[in-house]
Amino acid sequence: MTKRFGTLTANDAISLTLQKGEVLALLGENGAGKTTLMNILFGHYQADEGSILVDGETLSPGSTQAAIEAGIGMVHQHFTLADNLTVLENITLGTESLWSWRQDQAAARIKLKTMSEDYGLLVDPDALISSLTVGERQRVEILKALYRDARVLILDEPTAVLTPQESERLFATLKSVTDKGLAVIFISHKLHEILAVSNRIAVLRRGAIVSTLNTNGAKREQLAELMVGRVVTRPKITPLPQGKPIIGINNVTTKGSGATALRGIDLTLHAHEIVGIAGVAGNGQSTLADILSGIQSTFTGEIELNGAPLTRGKPRAIVAAGVGRIPEDRHARGMVGEMEIWENLISEDIRSPEISRAGFLISSKNAKVRAERQIEEFDVRCKGPEAETKLLSGGNMQKLILARALSQNPSFILANQPVRGLDEGAIAYVQEQLLDARKRGAAILLISEDLDELMALTDRIAVISHGELSSALPTGDRSIAEIGLMMAGQQEQERRPAA
Amino acid sequence: MIIEPRESVSLLRASLAPVWAILASLIICAVLIAWAGASIPTAYMLLFKGAFGSSFAIKETLTRSIPLIFTGLAVSVAFRAKFYNIGAEGQLYAGALAATFFGTGLITLPPYLMIPFLILMGALAGGALLLVPVLLKTHLKVDEVVTTLLLNFIVLLVVSYLIEGPWKDPMSLGWPQAASIIDEGVLPTLLAKGRLHFGFIVAIVMALLVWLMMRYTVQGYEIRSVGYNARAAEFSGINVNKTVVMTAMISGGLAGIAGVSETAGLKGYLTLDLSPGFGYTGIAVAMLAQLNPLAVIPAAIFLSAVYVGSDAMSRAVNIPTYIADVLVGVSVLAVLCSVMFSQYKVRWKA
Amino acid sequence: MSELFDILLTAGFWAATIRIVSPLIFGTLGELICERAGVLNLGIEGIMTVGAMSGWMWVYQGGGLWGGVLFAAFVGATFGLLHAIFTVHLGLSQHVTGIGITLFASSLSYFVYRMLLPDATTPPKIVPFQSIEIPWLSDLPIIGEALFSQSALTYLALLTVPLVWYVLFRTPVGLAVRMSGENPVAVEAQGINVLAIRTGAVMVGSALMAIGGAFITMSWFDAFYFGMINGRGWICVALVIFASWQPGKALLGALLFAGLEAMQVRAQISVGSFIPYQFFLMLPYVMSIVAMIIIARKTKYPQALLVPFRRGERV
Repeated sequence: MTKRFGTLTANDAISLTLQKGEVLALLGENGAGKTTLMNILFGHYQADEGSILVDGETLSPGSTQAAIEAGIGMVHQHFTLADNLTVLENITLGTESLWSWRQDQAAARIKLKTMSEDYGLLVDPDALISSLTVGERQRVEILKALYRDARVLILDEPTAVLTPQESERLFATLKSVTDKGLAVIFISHKLHEILAVSNRIAVLRRGAIVSTLNTNGAKREQLAELMVGRVVTRPKITPLPQGKPIIGINNVTTKGSGATALRGIDLTLHAHEIVGIAGVAGNGQSTLADILSGIQSTFTGEIELNGAPLTRGKPRAIVAAGVGRIPEDRHARGMVGEMEIWENLISEDIRSPEISRAGFLISSKNAKVRAERQIEEFDVRCKGPEAETKLLSGGNMQKLILARALSQNPSFILANQPVRGLDEGAIAYVQEQLLDARKRGAAILLISEDLDELMALTDRIAVISHGELSSALPTGDRSIAEIGLMMAGQQEQERRPAA
Repeated sequence: MIIEPRESVSLLRASLAPVWAILASLIICAVLIAWAGASIPTAYMLLFKGAFGSSFAIKETLTRSIPLIFTGLAVSVAFRAKFYNIGAEGQLYAGALAATFFGTGLITLPPYLMIPFLILMGALAGGALLLVPVLLKTHLKVDEVVTTLLLNFIVLLVVSYLIEGPWKDPMSLGWPQAASIIDEGVLPTLLAKGRLHFGFIVAIVMALLVWLMMRYTVQGYEIRSVGYNARAAEFSGINVNKTVVMTAMISGGLAGIAGVSETAGLKGYLTLDLSPGFGYTGIAVAMLAQLNPLAVIPAAIFLSAVYVGSDAMSRAVNIPTYIADVLVGVSVLAVLCSVMFSQYKVRWKA
Repeated sequence: MSELFDILLTAGFWAATIRIVSPLIFGTLGELICERAGVLNLGIEGIMTVGAMSGWMWVYQGGGLWGGVLFAAFVGATFGLLHAIFTVHLGLSQHVTGIGITLFASSLSYFVYRMLLPDATTPPKIVPFQSIEIPWLSDLPIIGEALFSQSALTYLALLTVPLVWYVLFRTPVGLAVRMSGENPVAVEAQGINVLAIRTGAVMVGSALMAIGGAFITMSWFDAFYFGMINGRGWICVALVIFASWQPGKALLGALLFAGLEAMQVRAQISVGSFIPYQFFLMLPYVMSIVAMIIIARKTKYPQALLVPFRRGERV
């Protein structure tokens, strides 16, 4: 299978075989081409070369319909569900002839009920998707595939959004699925999961299969090197004495009753310190980040930065006061793709005397000189300050954001999912920059869904669930399993994601 | 079929896009001309001659382009911020109402003050009219397209009421029209003979000012940011709502000036047929200009030439004048298409 | 004020309301179908114009009334296809495309009308749809005249409401349409062609809009005038929002507006002496804005409205 996007070869002459009843893990770092390959298999994309055989018969390319009919089902990383429709509607879409004059809801209900009992995937068929938790939504996605009598189940990074306990539950489901003779393709870049769940492992690097091996006997280090192609070690934190308090968040509360509303957040960060916030998406992290970034001004409680109250709802004032901000979504929030690189680099301090005269006329000369310096300092690979920002790769765009956030030596850094979707090289770069900033005396708040990342990079960890933040204990004082339980809420209540 | 962005778009390719669009529109309209039984080359030659064939024709074409430059600018500024102001027609009449209210004797100033004063009042009126849709959008998320469109009808009815009622000129022998603008407020003509007036210079200056603002000022930067990616603009500290309101004021103001210029420059008084849809044609102007304020000038002159030329053409070869409106409509669609194909390429494989 | 209440009790008022509501029903349902599939169709004003012209012209050229309705629907669907090619297949701006379609369709209607009738000074007339008295029921007081002695197209409009509701909410294709407006990727992932669903929805919706236009020239009046749609299309767009994308509520909203229009015609006679007629004519437009303001806060848009779907695009 070969697939090109413009000049990029996303999949390069890939061959794979999948057997009945096995779990094949597809391992590769971000951007290695895993999702592309599966999108071809599921008919979202059409390959430039190559073919797919199911039970000896050629699958017609580029047709999800054909893939589904051949028994292929896919659980997408970003769930393909309609929030305002019910579970049953989401599952039965496309199962009946489009031109029939009525839907056979009763039969569908019965089939769904037996199926969910068979596989232990319980869910209310009449619930709206918007009312489900992330874990429940994933169950609907799996049921959707099973309902179409899938014999091959593709799961794309299924654990990224789950707590450790939910992941365990998912692995149990996979077991019951393969026991019934289905084959599973499990896509991940997390080595320990792959070792735990798969029978065979195919390692994908830069669009090509570099190795296919049996899980039995495979070693973590060996897989890591196969995946990246060289030994890349992610940086680890080394102890530093805690400095003076930098930022104090005191009883911050927002209105509303949903899971994204904050309830009495207390947290103090010191110089030379990285504090991690662990939690399942949609439990208030975004709200907290928005408040600290100055986007949201409606909250009660106080935030003090270096002894002075933090201005509310004024991002530029907050940046000027010494806050560096790395947003969660670099495309949607971080950069304006259609603008030039230098224009994006001045967006936070455009009204400063260095960049504009009287807050009116932009001095593009000064701005470009500064941009060139930042590009060099942060090793952004681009054609220069006047290049269009959207042409940058994910890693380079993140470096640009780092350049904007860190080059003024902020005393407090808000890093919200700073390495999501990056390849290993870029991950290591971003993490080292954060550790350097810590060494220089910055206080850093690291929000992440990846517990391994938090374990490796933080001095202390706090857990957020339902808008409540636990105390921040030194990293290592709590086990991953304990943190997982706290992420799920103390009483194991279900978490409601943001609508 | 798969559509994917080109790695880079050359300046030539980008600037040729509207040319392709115009060619495509002319070809499509050629079908209608053929249907009307006229020879296509003759018809287009007549159109060209009608628009540029004599100094009188050229002056007429430029005169007709004045309101189109203003409404084209109004639309291009607004669309740049992804604020879909389809109400330039109404704002034009609001500007005309302001010119009539202040310019028919209420206030008398020497011409060098009176004219700027009327222009300012017209701009304020146009902006004020757009204040309703923009505040509804920023505060209540009411779609601005529908509200600006509906306001066009409302404003026209207000104009109709005023010029048939309280503002009706008693000297007009029963025609529904307002009193004439006083001499101090009338925009002077630029050339002997012909109707080309001072409004043309104001229009060119405005295009230049808008271009400078968009390119070199913090405010222009913020308008572009908000239009391209409002969430990123918000994150970087731009007050998105404030920027959209400001953009709307500029946009409505420019359209309002079109009304002043038509009332005080061309007609001399307000009537219900002051604008044969200049506000809507402004959308075509802005699209042909790819929202570039300087390119609005040639785009406006081109569409004005189509209108002026098609008048001459239809007289000579008996083609309904609506051919010009068809061409405007087709050009909006064609330019959308051609700009896309300059930025994307199509592969016939998923 | 008592005059206004008296109007409410006359059969003529209700009959007029039901007559006037027909084009609004067709237009609103047409727009609703498009938007439910995720496509805003601002071509509506032009498509209603072209429907009004082509249906009338069909009959004027000697065709039958129902043939005219079908022809209008066909022309409307063709413009819908054009809209769909631009917005669905090429993923271009739905706002600008819609305005472009409106400019194109209305100017083309006028052009064609002038081409075929170059010398007509007073608009020529056709024999329009006649009202059909339904036996027994049409003898009932007030509602008899209002509901049961209307033209066939009005009955068709009223029947379209439950039909559209049923198709959208009770059939597989309706589910696919709604899902396309909520999350097109989910539709694609179930093996259904989103582009085809959206294209079909826009074409059917546009056909309904055109029938709404045709109603005006073939049932309400008997001739085609320039500018006769006069913003009705835009009012339909507002009504869809007002109705929260529900066919039943769309009927209620359309009735409200039609009632208002029927009322203002009659009120002009009674109170017109001291309120200029322009203010009555303004009412539907003002009410449309007010309606959108009222509903704005709580409305739940189809989540993928205005969002183009490009197959196989790399995210």
